[in-house]
Amino acid sequence: MLDAEFSELYRAHLRDVYSYAYYRVGDHHDAEDLTEQTFLQAYRHFERAQRESNGRPLRPWLIRIAHNLAANLYRDRSRKPSWPIDETTTLAAPHTTEQLVEGRDELSRVLDGVRELPDDRREALIMRFALGMDNREIARALGRSDGATKVLIHRAIKQLEGIVGDPVEASADE
Amino acid sequence: MSEAAPNFEGLLREALAPVEPPEDLILRLEETLTSITELAAGELEAWELSAMRDPRNWARPAAALVAGGAAGTALVLLRARRRAQSQTGLFHGIRRVSFDRSGAERALRDLGRETRKLLGDR
Repeated sequence: MLDAEFSELYRAHLRDVYSYAYYRVGDHHDAEDLTEQTFLQAYRHFERAQRESNGRPLRPWLIRIAHNLAANLYRDRSRKPSWPIDETTTLAAPHTTEQLVEGRDELSRVLDGVRELPDDRREALIMRFALGMDNREIARALGRSDGATKVLIHRAIKQLEGIVGDPVEASADE
Repeated sequence: MSEAAPNFEGLLREALAPVEPPEDLILRLEETLTSITELAAGELEAWELSAMRDPRNWARPAAALVAGGAAGTALVLLRARRRAQSQTGLFHGIRRVSFDRSGAERALRDLGRETRKLLGDR
């Protein structure tokens, strides 16, 4: 029998962790491994995390585990994420068929742009837009101050707008 | 700090739509976590039984008994003190000397009773 509280955490955030892992590593196979490892590690340290959280949500803690594991994965393999995103993503993500047909090019330009961002900016955008985390949660997950996180997200969006609007100019600016 | 255009943020939200985990991952992960929990519970039970056969592992329970005894004694003294304080309140400082003596006698009686209980429990 799985501990009730951990089970609740797992059910509430499995999609968050998987989404983060997927956009972070770029393919479903590695995302599954990363998600599995994240929850196994979380399970080992769950009691301590509960004690130290002082009642705050544990999602940033979970995402931080995934973030650290992803960093280790790249260090071990000495490679960057295997982008572009799988074609199968669009089947798993809750897009409608109509949106897929009409906006595929535009969305794919945005995703390509996200790939070009520096790691910290890319991660902040994944947390904000894929997971819907607020600044405070993202700050906790990244181990930064709230203010620094706000600036990070703002700069990430601005840079991405530049890349999507004018790829050459944006990359020259940064 | 100016905010980015809302339509661009909408586009970004759409591009980074949440990804549903595959069904087989959900099942596999639940099975793994459940089996780890069961394994941990089984191991703990087996460890507790086998550990108590080894005298080297008796130190911790013995220390717990000593600590429990000390805590019990402290509790008796605390109760006696609290009782004395509440009765001081009733007496409003009158006959303080005789009260202090009776309080001390009662504390000693409590201490003896609790100690007998603790020793009896062991």
